[in-house]
Amino acid sequence: MTGPPLLEVEDLRIDLNYRSSHVAAVEGVSFRIDRGETFGLVGESGCGKSITALALIGLLRQPLSIGAGAIRFDGREIQRLSAAEQRALRGNRIAMIFQEPMTALNPVSPVGRQIAEMFVLHQGKDWREADRLAVEALASVRVPAPERRVKDYPHQLSGGMRQRVMIAIALACGPDLLIADEPTTALDVTVQAEIIELMRNLCAERGTAILMISHDLGLVANVCRRVAVMYAGRIVEERGSDDIFRTSSHPYTQGLVDSLPRLGSRAALGRTRLTEIAGVVPAITDFPDGCRFNPRCARATDICRTTEPETTLLGAGGLVRCHHHA
Amino acid sequence: MRLGANLIIGGALFALAIFVGLLAPWLAHTDPVMDANLLNAEEPPSWIWWFGTDAQGRDIYSRVVHGARISLTVGIVSQLVNSVIGVTLGLTAGYWGGWWDDFVNGLTNLMLAIPSLIFALAIMAVLGPGLTSLLVALGLTNWSFTCRIARASTLSLKSQGYVQAAKVLGYGDLRIMITQLLPNMVGPIIVIGTLGMGGAILAEAALSFLGLGVRPPYPSWGSMLSEARDQITTAPWLSIFPGLAIFLTVLGLNLLGDGLRDILDPQSRSRRT
Repeated sequence: MTGPPLLEVEDLRIDLNYRSSHVAAVEGVSFRIDRGETFGLVGESGCGKSITALALIGLLRQPLSIGAGAIRFDGREIQRLSAAEQRALRGNRIAMIFQEPMTALNPVSPVGRQIAEMFVLHQGKDWREADRLAVEALASVRVPAPERRVKDYPHQLSGGMRQRVMIAIALACGPDLLIADEPTTALDVTVQAEIIELMRNLCAERGTAILMISHDLGLVANVCRRVAVMYAGRIVEERGSDDIFRTSSHPYTQGLVDSLPRLGSRAALGRTRLTEIAGVVPAITDFPDGCRFNPRCARATDICRTTEPETTLLGAGGLVRCHHHA
Repeated sequence: MRLGANLIIGGALFALAIFVGLLAPWLAHTDPVMDANLLNAEEPPSWIWWFGTDAQGRDIYSRVVHGARISLTVGIVSQLVNSVIGVTLGLTAGYWGGWWDDFVNGLTNLMLAIPSLIFALAIMAVLGPGLTSLLVALGLTNWSFTCRIARASTLSLKSQGYVQAAKVLGYGDLRIMITQLLPNMVGPIIVIGTLGMGGAILAEAALSFLGLGVRPPYPSWGSMLSEARDQITTAPWLSIFPGLAIFLTVLGLNLLGDGLRDILDPQSRSRRT
């Protein structure tokens, strides 16, 4: 790959400003996504993955703000852009789909109109042309009878259909990057598989990079080429998705992998209990010193309780942040 | 059907008032202003003079019919002005927040603290009597409730997923307000507007009764009441019919407002089912 990466996040810190005190909700987060690449960000609720996504599109609002670091999209630093330039980027070159397809569509507007609005807004099309393109967009996400469906209101569609409409809206302007924040959490499993398949195919066809955010390690590893695991506001490990199950290095990632049920494990190993990670995620105002995982970690030693581990590079582009990585 | 009764009766009364107002020149028997004839002065209601005649011998029926035009114009136009002002202020205040929100809130509280009729009187005193100043006065004094509702709706809608989604998709502030927020709050705004129209008609009657509204000889229901007050014992029909017209129109608008609230408010709808 030549030229700058599509998205480059460098040492990002997001501050939570709470009554004149600042707490770093996200700290030292760096990653890069190349054109057409699929990248996953995995972590528990509250680990900072969704606010990282908001920071990428310049939509952090008080009490959250970017404290340090840089986000470069296509070589340009997002924080330095004017409000109008950021707006021109959003929806046009960076698009996003959300967890709740139930609420992410305007209930009083036909879905076709909401798709068409993107063409009017970002490509300056007139409404007739935009309406025609909306039918095409709806057809491309495999909604049956799109010319009739464009007139439907969101409440007339099922959850899966709504998420398809969201994908159509997000991909309407052929963005370079699609941020998918828990795109299938609200859907049932069979629909989930269809939606993921659809999203992956459409993005592959158009060369759109995907940043997928989820708590579901299995799902992310399935979709993405590379996966970063976040814990308590930090990226603790980044690996190719094939490696993450086999040779994960960070104790937290290993804990996540071990807590997943495996098909056939009972036949191979007999009846076993799923392992869990002891303890709970620390509160944001109350991160422990040193490694933030140390109170829950079986491998923790004195150095973990005092010194923040540095990032260690592993083979094949992986990295880990642990004193005792495997 | 229980749900429809308010709506149907209210709608019918309001539609009747509009119908009468629109067709006034054809429905009226005589010209409401010019056809004075002292030979027919103060005739009680009869087959010839349906609602009787006044001291100048003018047909009360024709004057009430023409009065509908003025009352409805005042009701509709002034409430439209109120809605536009209230929605604009409330929507922007709720959306942008900050000092603008504080300012609008202060202004709204100020307006709510001053009795609107007194405020309208003051404006009328400056502008002088007449239909135009009546519209200005009533249009500027009753937007605070609309503003409150619009601001409250904006605050609750602002955190909805689709408004957030619109931001992420690159919508500008104005586009979000017009395409995402406004269509989702029309329900309560229409309800308040309908109720406010009834209030404006009453206010017009009051101001005209006080001699500040529509000037004689032009017939408005309020000014007719005002002229009739000396003869209320000798010729009660002079006040009964314009009073009845006000009563029925305002009742109609209030019922219509209630009925609309029943269908437009999703909460009351779900409670019923």
